Amino acid sequence: MKFLKFRRTPLISQRNATLLSVLIFCGAVALSAFRTTDHLVTIHFKTENKDSIESVKAFMDVYTVLMSPRCMNCHPAGDVPLQGDDSHLHAMGPKRGADGKGVYAMKCMNCHQPTNTPGLHTPPGNPNWHLPPADMKMVFQGKTPHELAKQLVDKSKNGNKDTKQLLEHAHDSLVLAGWDPGEGRTLPPMSHKDFVKAWNTWIKKGAYAPAPTTN
Amino acid sequence: MTKIKLNINNKDTVLEADPQMPLLWAIRDLAGLKGTKYGCGVAQCGACVVHLNGEAVRSCVTKVSRAEGKKVVTIEGLSEDNNHPVQKAWQDLDVPQCGYCHSGQIMSAVVLLREKPDPTDQDIDDAMAGNVCRCGTYLRVRKAIHLASELQKTASNG
Repeated sequence: MKFLKFRRTPLISQRNATLLSVLIFCGAVALSAFRTTDHLVTIHFKTENKDSIESVKAFMDVYTVLMSPRCMNCHPAGDVPLQGDDSHLHAMGPKRGADGKGVYAMKCMNCHQPTNTPGLHTPPGNPNWHLPPADMKMVFQGKTPHELAKQLVDKSKNGNKDTKQLLEHAHDSLVLAGWDPGEGRTLPPMSHKDFVKAWNTWIKKGAYAPAPTTN
Repeated sequence: MTKIKLNINNKDTVLEADPQMPLLWAIRDLAGLKGTKYGCGVAQCGACVVHLNGEAVRSCVTKVSRAEGKKVVTIEGLSEDNNHPVQKAWQDLDVPQCGYCHSGQIMSAVVLLREKPDPTDQDIDDAMAGNVCRCGTYLRVRKAIHLASELQKTASNG
């Protein structure tokens, strides 16, 4: 057969081939490094055993909780809180106010008591019921995972919280209220214990933000 | 039943009540002050608004235990002769129709005018949005709050 007569002749020497391989490898490593920084936002925290894949994976679990009605309803894009499992605008249209605690005769604690009020369609309660203040709105509504992760670790947008305070925030009484929402309201999509685990993993593995295109 | 000390309309009062009892029941049934009304029972209508340490709380969902040691002011305690500027404005403009919601309306308006003595229409809407009136007296309520603001200024100037 004809092709058996074909004689393979080297195009380059073995020495040059080795050199070229090394160059290609180095180039690939350099390019992948650029690609990594393009997709991930590294938060400058003191962390141990950074792992962007583990961190981003954990954040996607965190995101499902933060975007659930129990969290997002008090982190609205506008100045009126949201209400219900469909996150509609709060009946009566109470306003945020400068301190996040409402305005005039429409302050949160005028209706929201220190504890849940018994019965369906009654106000859920907490001793410190409020929205984020007007100068630090900490909006969740409408944020992509990328945007929300960046916001959560930006001290100019997260209530000036450092790593330690962020970790502690998972145990804040108002965060915990999401898992005790009063009658007739759904719970966040995972237990508080699992949420804390995901929250801690996200932060301790580097607090990486998912790629901007991830929704 | 527990003895609960509170101050209602500047009078120290001791009520024997279940700490879980709504403040509204304590005011109406135990203290005998019937001016504050029951509307919805779930903090959505504003008929039951009273002042608790100056804030316009909804007494139907506020437990009497939350009021322990605090100052409660009801519509009966707002003034001695119905001469609070808000009450006078309400009378001058004949604001109520059936009147059922208006003790709550007035108590809310008083908090607004304390915190914003010269309110805009938007401030009034923001403050009064939680006080529902089935007779639809909203425009007269707004007008009366502006008048009360003027009366308050006159009173403080002279």
